[in-house]
This record gives sequence, structure tokens and C-alpha cells, in this order.
Amino acid sequence: MKLTINGAAHEGAPRAGQCLRTYLREAGWFGVKKGCDAGDCGACTIHLDGEPVHSCLMPAFRAEGRSVTTIEGLAGPCRADAAEPTALHPMQEAFLAAQGFQCGFCTPGMIMTAASLNQGQKQDLGTALKGNLCRCTGYRAVREAIVGGTHPVESGACGDPVGRNLAAPAAPLVVSGRARFTMDLPLGDTLHLKVLRSPHAHARIVAVDASAARAVPGVVAVLTHADAPPRRFSTARHEDPRDDASDTRVLDPILRFVGQRVAAVVAETEAAAEAGCRALRVTYEVRPALLDPERALEADAPRIHDPRDCPGEDAPPLGRHPNLAGEVHGAVGDVDGGFAEADFVYAGTFRSQRVQHAAMETHGCIGWRAEDGRLTRTSTQVPFLTRDALADLFGLEKDAVRVVCARVGGGFGGKQEMLTEDLVALAVLYTGRPVRWELTREEQFVGTTTRHPMRVDVKVGARRDGTLTALSLDVLSDTGAYGNHAGGVIHHACHEVLAAYVCPNKQVSGRAVYTHTVPAGAFRGYGLSQTIFALESALDEVARGVGLDPFALRRRNAVKPGDAMVSNSLEPHDVIFGSYGLDQCLTLVEEALRADPGPDPEAGWRAGTGMAMAMIDTIPPRGHHADARVSLDADGHFTVRVGTAEFGNGTSTVHRQIAASALGAAPERVRIAGADTDIVGHDTGAYGSTGTVVAGLATLRAAEALAVRICARAAEIAGAPPASCRLNGEQVETPAGPVTLAAVGPLDATGRADGSPRSVAFNVHAFRVEVDPVSGAVRILRSVHAADAGRVINPMQCRGQVEGGIAQALGAALYEDVRIAADGSLVTQTFRDYHIPACADVPDTEVLFADTHDSVGPLGAKSMSESPFNPVAAALGNAIRDATGARLTATPFTPDRIYRAVAAGRAGLP
Amino acid sequence: METGIVQGRAEPASDRRAGMDLHTIETVVRPKNRSELPAWADGDACLGGGTWLFSEPQVGTRRLVDLAALEWTPHAIDAHGLTLAATCTIAQLDRLELPSGWNAAPLVGQCCRALLGSFKIWTVATVGGNICLALPAGPMISLATALDGTCTIWSRDGAERTVSILDFVLAPQRNALAPGEILRSLSMPAAALARRTAFRRVSLSPNGRSGALLIGTRGADGAFALTVTASVKRPLRLAFEGLPGRAELVRALDDAVPDALYHDDVHGRPDWRRHMTRHFAEEIRGSLDAAPSPGAAS
Repeated sequence: MKLTINGAAHEGAPRAGQCLRTYLREAGWFGVKKGCDAGDCGACTIHLDGEPVHSCLMPAFRAEGRSVTTIEGLAGPCRADAAEPTALHPMQEAFLAAQGFQCGFCTPGMIMTAASLNQGQKQDLGTALKGNLCRCTGYRAVREAIVGGTHPVESGACGDPVGRNLAAPAAPLVVSGRARFTMDLPLGDTLHLKVLRSPHAHARIVAVDASAARAVPGVVAVLTHADAPPRRFSTARHEDPRDDASDTRVLDPILRFVGQRVAAVVAETEAAAEAGCRALRVTYEVRPALLDPERALEADAPRIHDPRDCPGEDAPPLGRHPNLAGEVHGAVGDVDGGFAEADFVYAGTFRSQRVQHAAMETHGCIGWRAEDGRLTRTSTQVPFLTRDALADLFGLEKDAVRVVCARVGGGFGGKQEMLTEDLVALAVLYTGRPVRWELTREEQFVGTTTRHPMRVDVKVGARRDGTLTALSLDVLSDTGAYGNHAGGVIHHACHEVLAAYVCPNKQVSGRAVYTHTVPAGAFRGYGLSQTIFALESALDEVARGVGLDPFALRRRNAVKPGDAMVSNSLEPHDVIFGSYGLDQCLTLVEEALRADPGPDPEAGWRAGTGMAMAMIDTIPPRGHHADARVSLDADGHFTVRVGTAEFGNGTSTVHRQIAASALGAAPERVRIAGADTDIVGHDTGAYGSTGTVVAGLATLRAAEALAVRICARAAEIAGAPPASCRLNGEQVETPAGPVTLAAVGPLDATGRADGSPRSVAFNVHAFRVEVDPVSGAVRILRSVHAADAGRVINPMQCRGQVEGGIAQALGAALYEDVRIAADGSLVTQTFRDYHIPACADVPDTEVLFADTHDSVGPLGAKSMSESPFNPVAAALGNAIRDATGARLTATPFTPDRIYRAVAAGRAGLP
Repeated sequence: METGIVQGRAEPASDRRAGMDLHTIETVVRPKNRSELPAWADGDACLGGGTWLFSEPQVGTRRLVDLAALEWTPHAIDAHGLTLAATCTIAQLDRLELPSGWNAAPLVGQCCRALLGSFKIWTVATVGGNICLALPAGPMISLATALDGTCTIWSRDGAERTVSILDFVLAPQRNALAPGEILRSLSMPAAALARRTAFRRVSLSPNGRSGALLIGTRGADGAFALTVTASVKRPLRLAFEGLPGRAELVRALDDAVPDALYHDDVHGRPDWRRHMTRHFAEEIRGSLDAAPSPGAAS
């Protein structure tokens, strides 16, 4: 087959059933991304004879004789192997100027679609972009890129870079499709791995007959539990591995959810690996399954981790049900007394559903043995902890393993797990050859992790004046088949939600239980979104009950400097008020809403307003460490080496600005190298919103130390006292005249941060909505969010984080629901059945920042990536309650549920 | 995506965990005319736009028969009405200019826009594929049902047969094609295209898959018909000689749609679909109550 790709003739026969997406990637055009392989997400959009098409749906043979343009060639003919773009198309320039991306994985398809729109289509981007999904941005920046806007990125080197809207360092590579993500490597002689997944929610593998699979031409190896190391580990990655139960094997003869790995086939081609999986003959002993978490702790409930399946291992302590994966109990004061003295008590049960991270890049990794050991290239938020886990699992020294990340295409907590690296490492060790494994979107749904579904019983007592007298939470968290993050999430879920309010009497009982369902894991907000939905909904009812404005109720009861931050015990802790902006956030939102309540509702629709707040510790507890090294290189540029990963959270932008500020350098002269276990000593990883406050602090300390060294060295050269020397741009000024950096370098310095003490950050959200009482449809008329992020290092980018968190939370509040059928199988395996917000679903939010300066974070900054998610569902539910009178106690608030709740409320009226 | 031709019986994918390349496909046959169509064999699938076929693993499929190679004329308009080739794309249909007397013309754009897929899908997905997939929310099924559509089918023995759209779509992802049969075209008579129409649609998200899609038509003779799709497992058409009263319409709807016929999946609960169906039916009845005037579709 002959065709033209990006201006050059190309020849090569496609496979019969090949789609154009893989054909183009095999030709080296890695800007063509795989987000779903089902035509839903648009990440693979290319132009075929000038028309935008989803290349994943296009049979490759249909490109014969035609002209293909990929993101790399949008600005003109180019070579596949060029490292950097030679020119940018105006739409690429526009996305760069508006920073219309975060992780950048959807960006090539987004730009290819945007570049094809006519003026009419640009008038209705909700329709024009319904075939392009972005999980990071919340679409405001995308819309601004396409139709023009008022927030262009800043350039130029004047002044302190901190506080300025500078572009992400990788921006030109992202918009040109040249940024390399995890799977963007030529195939070479790399083997392909595919897995057979369990059809049963609970079963024991009696036998695996692999003879037919091994006979499939191209199959190199079949791996079963007999080949896997016996050690158990947790897919969850924490600084202290003991934080999570070691209950998982690389391949396990006991299957605990539909979709668990049964066996892996490694083959010369993906087709052979798939054929090998289909040829496996597995005999299962099917066992009774437990799907309902409410039944998990019953005496006769099926056991998910039955000690009888692990002879020789320690049995769980007596009295502890084997299905209990984690628990938290605590109380302060006298809760019964507190309720007794209340004038108003509200009690309710709130349910938060299973939702998926849905990062546009699925999990995957490529592993190989280098001459100096083994090297795994991977898509992870936690390269160092993954290295440690692999070394531990396979009995290797840490320095025999290297984990290095390319750009990571979104995480949201989902990549704070080791979900592919273990099996790929096993396959590499077994075959001695490079192995790649890229999950399909379906596998991402059935076989990775989700948010923990929770049932929260909340009870709040208040006096007539609104003062809280008692708070009680009873939480049941469903961790699914494995305990990854079960304990951490139940603790976090029951923590800041209560610490945010002053109340003498508080009580918490939280349990995380195992079920035979897809494991839950780390997810943006780490448990807080579920409990905050419950408590902030309950507080809305309390405000109504005592006749107080909801803002006033928060002001009366919210914690403030001088108060002890108490969740459910009086144990000492390391959280301090490094700064406090909640008061500002409440006022900013209240005034913005009053100044502009948004348009009037449509005839027949009912309007309502609701708000909610959230507090979060800026750093996870129990240690979070980062090493940084900043060097002055021979070319007079600086390089920041830091271990944390960039997955769209913007940390590399922030690190560059911090280092440039400390070194008095133009940001363009600061390079960032990250997410490689060889470049620094350690980094706990990019989770718990630590990229700025921990890794950024390490970077600041290293850069400051380097500045001191530079001055000292220049002083030595100039024969002047160091105190008389000053770093200024590309030279050091000394009493003996300027000394150039080239003369001083190379030099380097290190810095370290250990994640303690910790501070608190705040978010307040308010919506005004209209609800159609007939159809149950909700429209957002106004959305306002205030964030207390301390000193904002890059407002444009921080705003993007807030907008993205809101958009993801809107998905969880309005649409998303991972459904599990009665047999334990997953119903929602595609984006057309699991609707994540598209452009039309996410209105612009007015984002406001409190003016604070934190004493803990670097240069006054606080974390701001998870927390914007947390107040959104409650604020929306409260607005719907205001509009309709119906209190929705379960997310998502889909029209069919709202209709039912409104109808029930109407029926209940006298 | 939800359209794209899969002819023969569309079966739910039993193993959805393959990649997007259809690795089991060994050959693609590209017939230039009907005589070049291969003898039908197990593992064959007809390829239209490919937007559904390539969106899900097809592990039982070994050969593709590329219908695009037949180069059927996408559409034809004559005194009898409108005929669409099964391979006519949604975009080609949407761009079609219909004669001025065809009051139902706005329905075409409304149904195209009801497709879950974006404009990038329109250029590839086909009318026939959408119909053959037989999803409750398939908007080409809604269009065909409202406009008395008839399907022309190529049989394996070289003959042709025709079947009403109501008898073609049997149940979600189940159509009336026997193995080896091919949907050739969809015809809608001029009389149907002359009717006034009213269109109502709702979904769980603004641009989501339809949870209920109802169309009313009213002829110059006063005859009224209500097409119910998306909320039910297969398309329904309730015909009345004149405009029914509110109670009569509700009764007819309840008779025609027992609760079990309301569709239940992640795109809407059945009680909501029933409620919206009744609500839209009454709205449509109201909007077609007025005296006939050209182009009064809403």
C-alpha cells in the first residue's frame, strides 16, 4: 500500500484487520495516541485527505493512495524522527498560548480536531468537541485556545518568575505531538504481553492447560501462578510499604474479582499474544462471591482472603473478621451529650459510587534488561517506590533496578499503584527479552482501580444559633478484592472532614471491607470527597433547620488559627496553620455569587443555590520525602534533577520557576530532569498533592544552596569575600568585577524535604443551578470556586488544576458510575457507557484565590491538585436541594434519579 | 461508536479485552459488484464505515467484506421518495437537500444530531450500519420508523426481499438479517416525507446517548403517528386516523409498551424512560394539534 504521510511518500502493507492508528504509530508517528480505541475519545484524530477522522476506527487499508496528516505534520511536511518541531501551526500556537493542556495526552487529537473546525462549528464547541475527551483541563483552557481568550501565557525573562503565568517546559513538544509518553518507543524486537482475565468473581484455578497456547506461532512464553514469585505485595505504593496489606501476587491461583489476571502470554506480536490467551484452557473451581459490602462482616460471608488459601502464613488476629481491610475508630468529648443538648439534629445516609480515574493514557510499561541491570520504563506517579517494590518482589538489589518515566498521560491517583510493572518485570526475567504491555481501555476499567465506594451515615447536632454540638460519622468503604490504600483512604476520609470544624463532641467509626469486586485504590481526594459529600450535605440541612445562611454556618463553626485541629482524637500531630485563607475563600465565593448570580432559569425550570467547603492537609502523613539536585552546567544553564513525576500536574513548571527565582536566572535557562531513579537519591512520589510542597521545597533548598556555592566560588576567583558577591542573571557581581557563570561552573548542590510539618489548604465551591422537574435535567447557571493555595507560583497553571479538579468532580457528581452486574462483571467498559465530562458538560468556573503566604510550603505555596475535587458534589447537591426541595443522597445526580427524587418529594407533599 | 455496518447478526462481544487492531481478520474482500460477493462463511462480517466494527473486539471474525468497494450511489430522490444506500454516510445524509414539499426535512438533521458520535464519526459511519446495529438509541432507526422506512435486503441466493424497519429491528443488537444477507438500502416514501413532524429527545447528559427519542408525524389528511425509540427495546409506531385525545394516546401507549419493553441500561432507568416517553408523547400531540402549516416541525 502506498500513501502520503505528512508530506512524504510511504509504502508498507497493513495487516488485514489493522486500524490506521497502529499503522501510523508503527511508522514512527507517535503523536497519534490511543485513549480508548473505540472512537469515543478522539486522541487518535488525524486528517485523512484533509478531513478529521478517528484513526482507531479507520481500517488501515482504506488509507491507500490517500494523504494522511498527523499532529507532527500539521504545520507542514516533517520527518517522523525529528526530536523537536521546526514550525507550529496557528492552532498549535494557540494551544501553547492558552496552555490548553495538562498531561497533553489528548492534545494531539484535540488540536487536529480544532484545526479542522469552521467558524460555525467554533460557535458551538460543545457539539464540535463531543468526540474529544480531556480528563485534565476541564476544557476552559481548550475553549480559550480555540476561540481566543484573555489569559495568554507570559514570556520574557524580566523579574521574579514566581507568581507569573509561564508555559510548561514541555509545551512546544506537547502541542507538536513530539512529547514522548510511556509507550512511544519503536517496537524493535520487543515482545508483547497480554493477559487472560478471570471470568469469575471468586474462583480457584485448578489447572491451566497451556499446550495449545504455547503452540500458537509466535508465542514465546506462558506465565501462570506457578511461574510467579510467591511473595505477596500491595499494588499501592507508600513511603512505608507496611501501610498497605501485602495481599497480592503477580499471578495468584485464587481469583478474587472478574478481571483479575489469570495468566499472561508473551509473544512476538500482539496478535499471537491474544491468540495465545484465547487458546489457554483453564479449569476453575468457582466459589461463592461476596459483592455487597454491607454483608462483608457477616459471620458466614464468603471470605475474600481466606487464611486457608495461604497455609503457613500468619492468620489474622482473633476477633478481626478476615473481610475487614482497615478501620478507624475515635471519639472526643461526649457525643451523646452533644446530641442531647442540640436544638436541631440531622441524620442521613449518603452514598458515593465507584468511579474511575479515566486518565487518557492507560496503564502500561515497557521493560528490558540493560547491560547494567534491568530497566523498566513505565507510566507511574511513583518511580522510586516502584523500583523498591520490584527489587523486593524479585529479590534484587535496589541498584539492579532502574525505573524511568517518560511523560505520564494523567494519573489522578491511579498510577500510585504498581499494576503493570510487576508482570512485565516477571516476563523480562523469564524471557530475557524486552517486553511491553499496554492496557486497553476495557482493561483499564475491569482490571485497574477505582475510587472507594462509600456509605456514610452522618449525624450533626447544632444549637439554635448554629453552633455545632456533635458530629458523628459511620463510614463503610468498599476496597474491593485487594487492600491497596484501604487503610490510608479510610483514615484520610475520616480526618480532615472533621478537623475542619470546631465541635467539642466528635465520633468516627470507619471500616474498609473486602468484596469480590475490582479493587479500589488511590483516587484524587483520597477518601475525602465521599465523606465531605455527606457532611457538607448534612450541614446544608442543619443551616436550613436553624434558619442560618450556609456561609454563616461555616463561618460560625469552621476551624481557624488558634483552634486545635481535632478530627477524632487528641493525639499530637504535625499539622499547623502555615497560613489560613478559609475566611477569604468564603467571602470571595459569597460576593462573587451575589455580584453575578448567572442567567435566569428557563421557563418551567427551578433555580437554586448551594455551597460547600473542604479542608485538606497539604502533605500526606507518615513521611513524604524528596531529594533534589540542581547543577550549574558547563554551558551556563542550570539543570534541576528531581524524582517526582510530571503527569500534567505542572510540577516541572513550578520547579523551574522556583529554581529560576532562587538562582536569579531566566526560566528558559533552567532544564528539568525528573522521574528517574538514577538521578537523585529518593522521592516518595507524585501523590498527596506533594509535587509543589515537598519536591518543590527540595528544589528550592537545592537551588538556594547552589546559589551560595556559586557566590562562594566566584568570590574565590575574584579574591573577594563571599558576602560581597551577588548572583545576577548570567554572572556574579563581585567587587573585582563580574565573573561569568561559565567561569564558575560546573557546580551542583542538593536539597531535601521530608514532608513535615504540614499545613492546611482550603476550597470553597458554590453553584447556582436550574433543574427541570419533568426530566430531572440539571444545568449549571453559575459556578464559583475559591482556593487557598498559599502563594500561587503559577496562577494560570494553578487555575488549570482547580478547573480540572472541578470537571472531574462534576463527572463523579453528575454522570460517572462504574456498574457491576449481579455476576460481578463490569458493565461499564467503554467511554460511551461510562460518560466522563465532555466539553459541553463543563461550564466555565470563576476561580478565585485567597491571598495567603504559607510558612511551611516553598516560597509560601500550598498544594492544590486534589482538593478542588472535594467540595463539588456537596455544593451541587445542595443547589439541587435548594431548587427542588429534594435532598439527593447518592451520586451521580443523573436525571433519572433527580426525576425520581423530585417526584417522590412531590408525592410526599400534603 | 454506535454506527458502522455489521451485517449478519450483531452479537455482543464475548471477549472485550482484545486491542483495537482486529487481529483475527485474515482477509479483506473488496467486491466491485454483487457477483463478486464471496460465498458467505462463518467468521465473515460486512464492513461499512467500520465505526462500530473497529470499536470492539471481533474475535469470531476472520474475513471482512468491504461494502464500500461496491460503490453504491449514496442516495436517490424521486417522485416515490428517498432511497438511501446502506453505505450512505451520516454526513452525506445530513448534507442532502430535500424537495420543498417534504415537510419532514428537519427530521433528518435532528436525527443525525442525535447520534452519539461527533461530526468526525458522521463522515465515516453509515445509515445502514446504524440500523443493523439495532441499538435502541440508533437515530437512523428513529428516522426510518417515523418515515415508514422499508429495508431492501440482498439474499444469499441473489434475490432481494423487503421488510419494514419495524420488522427489521428485533431487539437490542438483534436484526432480521439471516447469515449472509446484506442490507442494501432504506427507502422512505414521499407521502411520509410530506408529513409535518415533531421531535423530542432526552439523555442523561446533554450530548449523551438518547434515553428517549420520540417523533410525531401528521399528514395532510390529519393522520397522526407517534414513533417511540430509545426508551424501548425496539422501535414502535402508533398510528391514529386523526389526532388522539390525551387519554386515548396514553392508553394506546400503555397498551403498546408494557413495562418490560422499556429499555434498561446505563443510559437511563426504565421508570424515567417511561415517564419521559409519556411526557414527550403529550408534548408532541400538543405541538401537532395546530392547523397544518409547512415546516412546522419543532
